[in-house]
Amino acid sequence: MNAAGILQIVILFIALTALAVPLGFYMARVFQGESTFASVILGPIERGIYKICGIKPDQEQHWTAYAFAVLMISLAGMLIMYAIMRLQNLLPLNPAGEAAVAPDLAFNTAASFTTNTNWQNYGGESTMSYLTQMLGMTVHNFTSAATGMAIAVALIRAFTRRSVKTIGNFYVDMIRSFLYVLLPLAVVFAIVLVWQGIPQNFDPYVTATTLEGGNQIIAQGPVASQEAIKLLGTNGGGFFNANSAHPYENPTALTNLLEVIGLLVISAGLVVAFGRMIRDNRQARAIYAAMALMLAVGIGVCYWAEAAGNPAVYGPSVDVASSDQAPGGNMEGKEVRFGIANSAIFAAATTGTSTGAVNAMHDSFTPIGGMVPMVNLMLGEVIFGGVGVGLHGMIIFVIITVFIAGLMVGRTPEYLGKKMESKEVKLAVLSIIVFPLSVLCLGALAVVLPAAIPAITAAGPHGLSEAIYAYASATANNGSAFGGFSGNTLYHNSALALAMLFGRFAVIVPTLAIAGALAAKKIVPPSAGTFPTHGWLFVGLLISVIVVVGGLTFFPVLALGPIVEQLSLAAGSLF
Amino acid sequence: MLKQLKQSILATLMLTVLGGLAYPLAMTGVAEALFPTQAHGSLVERNGQVVGSTLIGQTFTGPTYFHPRPSATTDTDPADATKQIPAPYNAANSGASNAAPSAKSLAQDVADRIAALKAENPNARIALPVDLVTASGSGLDPDISPAAAEYQLPRVAAARGMSEADLKRLVAQHTEGRTFGVLGESHVNVLALNLALDQGAAKQ
Repeated sequence: MNAAGILQIVILFIALTALAVPLGFYMARVFQGESTFASVILGPIERGIYKICGIKPDQEQHWTAYAFAVLMISLAGMLIMYAIMRLQNLLPLNPAGEAAVAPDLAFNTAASFTTNTNWQNYGGESTMSYLTQMLGMTVHNFTSAATGMAIAVALIRAFTRRSVKTIGNFYVDMIRSFLYVLLPLAVVFAIVLVWQGIPQNFDPYVTATTLEGGNQIIAQGPVASQEAIKLLGTNGGGFFNANSAHPYENPTALTNLLEVIGLLVISAGLVVAFGRMIRDNRQARAIYAAMALMLAVGIGVCYWAEAAGNPAVYGPSVDVASSDQAPGGNMEGKEVRFGIANSAIFAAATTGTSTGAVNAMHDSFTPIGGMVPMVNLMLGEVIFGGVGVGLHGMIIFVIITVFIAGLMVGRTPEYLGKKMESKEVKLAVLSIIVFPLSVLCLGALAVVLPAAIPAITAAGPHGLSEAIYAYASATANNGSAFGGFSGNTLYHNSALALAMLFGRFAVIVPTLAIAGALAAKKIVPPSAGTFPTHGWLFVGLLISVIVVVGGLTFFPVLALGPIVEQLSLAAGSLF
Repeated sequence: MLKQLKQSILATLMLTVLGGLAYPLAMTGVAEALFPTQAHGSLVERNGQVVGSTLIGQTFTGPTYFHPRPSATTDTDPADATKQIPAPYNAANSGASNAAPSAKSLAQDVADRIAALKAENPNARIALPVDLVTASGSGLDPDISPAAAEYQLPRVAAARGMSEADLKRLVAQHTEGRTFGVLGESHVNVLALNLALDQGAAKQ
């Protein structure tokens, strides 16, 4: 670890917060249906879409209708994307002549992009045509993120209402998120990325004659437009197989900083918007502080572990010290221009959110370094989290926290003036239980079923880590991987797709049910017995609840995976 | 139910046109107008021929060139389409080793690389920097660390018949420090440095 590395971490937090605050103010206006400076251009487009689709924007929905609309639009998108992949060999914009995608891989990929996971059992440049990347991947990067945002907005709105049956109109929330938040940010971001060197073309792959006379085929494509939304929408599906480690996806240290900010900023801005919409910024500050603290700890641990290198593998003759002349540390699977600090920052940020893009290969991290992204997944991706999904996941944990605090003092828990009664707490627990249920059951099957085992390439405890990481990543809708895990088999394509769909929709539906229940409640003014949900005591309690829930559930498997591996490595034994 | 499904499909189609066609096409137009070189992949030409991209690493094995980092990229085996064989710096199939940190195979690869580097660079004056013995994340890393260039410097100088001081100056010219003095790591672009070497040789 060195001063430049630590300074870069500090710069990230300052820049992120400086951007998230104004963005949050803007988003609050968007979600409350107010006009913004973008309305001049986007307003007519918005109204045009409503007209063509027959959507009545002021017609509000009961939570069941809202949830049904979420499922319908996801289903429609998934079917369309499946069809595009199966037919890409017949469709235009396929200069590399990619074949039709196999049915199981197409199902897995359609589920993956619909659920904002972007788990990739394929290499982009060797499988998908330009048209598929645009109409499939890029579109879902927008719509799945807009869907997540809509759900968070519905939940926030529920807190502000009294005795009302409806929670808003899904189509309006989603289309406004798409048009006013994602699209303008993506346009600006894509242009900056091109300036820094990311390609944006429809050229055929270039054949270069190298200086030593060999041939090098260099993949091209409309990369920048997809890269921008891949990060802003916390999607993470790379245009290329190597994702944001690829110099065409992340060419400079500056793009790396911007990409990390990009994948955090909307989720961070949503917390700010939450404070504005409930008219109590202190509540938002508490949640923001909890998220930022957990992110900082994750980055710190990962950076420390990776900077220490891997003596059992590198031996005494290799210099792993970091300096102005060399990055040092554990450089397997990492890029020189990023070095250790930026790889650790990216790994923690991409798994704290539901992004799953990588700029370094998590599979080759040291056991403790690789445990950080794994733990971030296991905590439920509430460290800023996926666009929308992170905030509503965090609010679920807040409900559990006030419930536990209520038990301690023997009062009915309340949050933001809403009494948390049996129904809400049960639904919150239901949405939390989905995650360990899927990860542990499907993860266990992945290490015992004969059809599943061949996907695991690492021997010893690391093999378990690969399988658990895969199912944690899929269920949490993250999409990053311990890449040695070769999941492109009939079994894993199907099981991972189910994990992704379950992890998305089995959480969304109870969350919307909570929103419905909350909107129907009265708002009680705070009294002397109300447990304050701002301030450091609450922040500490909230973090403890998140860590205890995640820790109790997953400690055994972490002990058998990365912890055993670290101890073995320290003893010098390899597998 | 049917009305909802129709609304969903229509909305998806509208958003597909906006996000999947209008947005990438507009971005392509803007990129072409503002940054044409970058938009087309930052390609480098010599004598009218594309020799690579400044952003994409390529293989160098000869003694007169600085060598890049190991690359774990693969390609389809021409003899058996179901198999992948090693193909370093395959820019049509990026990727890493994804080797576990506790893998015997990784330790073996590293040991082999150390032995090869030591045999190629008997006159190296500094310890082997870690980036030279590890495969990058993309398999296409265009850069090495300044220490990795320093390590290879005596070999390249000898093979080219250049003075080490001259070569050192050239390497320094092609060393990029941290962006704004703080972001990222110092690095040397291997293709740019080797092109400059060839250019210098052509002048003499």
